[in-house]
Amino acid sequence: MYVAVKGGERAIENAHAWLAEERRGDRDIAELSIAQIREQLKLAVDRVMAEGSLYDPDLAALAIKQARGDLIEAIFLIRAYRTTLPRFGASRPVSTGAMACDRRISATFKDLPGGQVLGPTFDYTHRLLDFKLAADGEVPEAPRAAKAQPAEMPHVTGFLNREGLIEEAPAEDTTPPDLTREPLEIPAGRALRLQALARADEGFTLGLAYSTQRGYARNHAFVGELRIGTVAVEMDIPELGFAIEIGELTLTECETVNQFKGSKTEPPQFTRGYGLVFGQSERKAISMALVDRALRWEELGEDFIGAPAQDAEFVLYHADNIQATGFLEHIKLPHYVDFQAELELVRKMRSEVTDANPAREAAE
Amino acid sequence: MDDSSNENEPRRAWMSLLAKAPAGRVAALLDAAMARPEFTWLRAPEIGSVMVRGRAGATGQPFNLGEMTVTRCALRLCGGEVGHAYVQGRRKADAEAAALVDALMQSPAADAVRRHVLEPLEAEARAAQAARAAKAAATKVEFFTMARGED
Repeated sequence: MYVAVKGGERAIENAHAWLAEERRGDRDIAELSIAQIREQLKLAVDRVMAEGSLYDPDLAALAIKQARGDLIEAIFLIRAYRTTLPRFGASRPVSTGAMACDRRISATFKDLPGGQVLGPTFDYTHRLLDFKLAADGEVPEAPRAAKAQPAEMPHVTGFLNREGLIEEAPAEDTTPPDLTREPLEIPAGRALRLQALARADEGFTLGLAYSTQRGYARNHAFVGELRIGTVAVEMDIPELGFAIEIGELTLTECETVNQFKGSKTEPPQFTRGYGLVFGQSERKAISMALVDRALRWEELGEDFIGAPAQDAEFVLYHADNIQATGFLEHIKLPHYVDFQAELELVRKMRSEVTDANPAREAAE
Repeated sequence: MDDSSNENEPRRAWMSLLAKAPAGRVAALLDAAMARPEFTWLRAPEIGSVMVRGRAGATGQPFNLGEMTVTRCALRLCGGEVGHAYVQGRRKADAEAAALVDALMQSPAADAVRRHVLEPLEAEARAAQAARAAKAAATKVEFFTMARGED
């Protein structure tokens, strides 16, 4: 029997009203402003922009406030908003070599032109809770060097490749596929994989990257270079007939240099993995580079050893936290009819078993 | 598109500067300098997105990194000058001010606009960038040798 029911409007309305009240919290405590979230929870804002795949710090801050700090919920809000925007076009590929670097380090070469610039990093902090932050008080301004960093710093891989020991990344001008326009399909070329990884869940990407370090598709990565800073975004404007800069973004870029003993098609050399992420997120950028490198086994002529991080279908179809959470969380919504059918089925199977085997029921 | 012609370079430079200006800044400088001219919209301010691209390995194959919000508009002054703006973010008022500056830079008011709007904007952008670069430089590691094994 099938019974259609409706109801719950009042319950839903009241639930939403209560949600709004809970979101506000204790009214004796000052309300958070969007600007406070944007300025003081910047790394949360960056994560929402990266995985929401839309660079707009104010919108990301609003989403975090609306989602009560649930970042995946905030990413969901940004993804939904993104679909309402008309697309004006695509930028020229950003030039990360021209990045104004806040941070730029290499784990492989100590003395590199431009030097090791730490930037505003958590590295080398002692991870002890700082109770001064719980008290009021302004922080002093950070020290400034008399001589500023040079405006442009060359990429490590560029100037270290004079011996040809590192794989090249020759420029191409192909139009990349866009998974927001065409459904993601396997086999996926590197451009499509990088787009998927750039918006992939940080935790999932981290876990996969860690698995490659522990031996599942081991490719022994070094961080050749990690840089964080601002780059200009340039776009061709058809009505003008020339390109202008339309803004600037903070990006994190990681290039790994990986051991490679050579294959049927490639000589022994260092190969590369690449990570590029909106905002300041080096955990994500390094993870992306490691997973990118693991997924490149086929084009480098390596063996598929069955590791999860090598399996493009597994990685790309499970890396998107909005797809994942959508499917996962939908099972809490009413499935009364489905379950009724299952219930009928189990009852029927049980009665068939007991009819065929009456002794068993007697024994119970 | 053709990047080789220098004829568009000055306009390219000021449009780029206007696109990156902090919220409200272009309008504040423009309004302090002069009364806004009359204009008609060719394209009213419109919010949209631009897909930002990167390159694999920084120099290789292009890929889609993610989108950014952009506001654009176009207007015409009574004198016929057409101003365009593409500015980062969702900022209709800033796009309007930027398009006005773009149009005025093609008008007899160009010198005044350059002096009162573009030059201060450029100086502020340069100062902000220099401040960050100086802070970055202060975190540059100076290595020194503790011991050197010679055997």
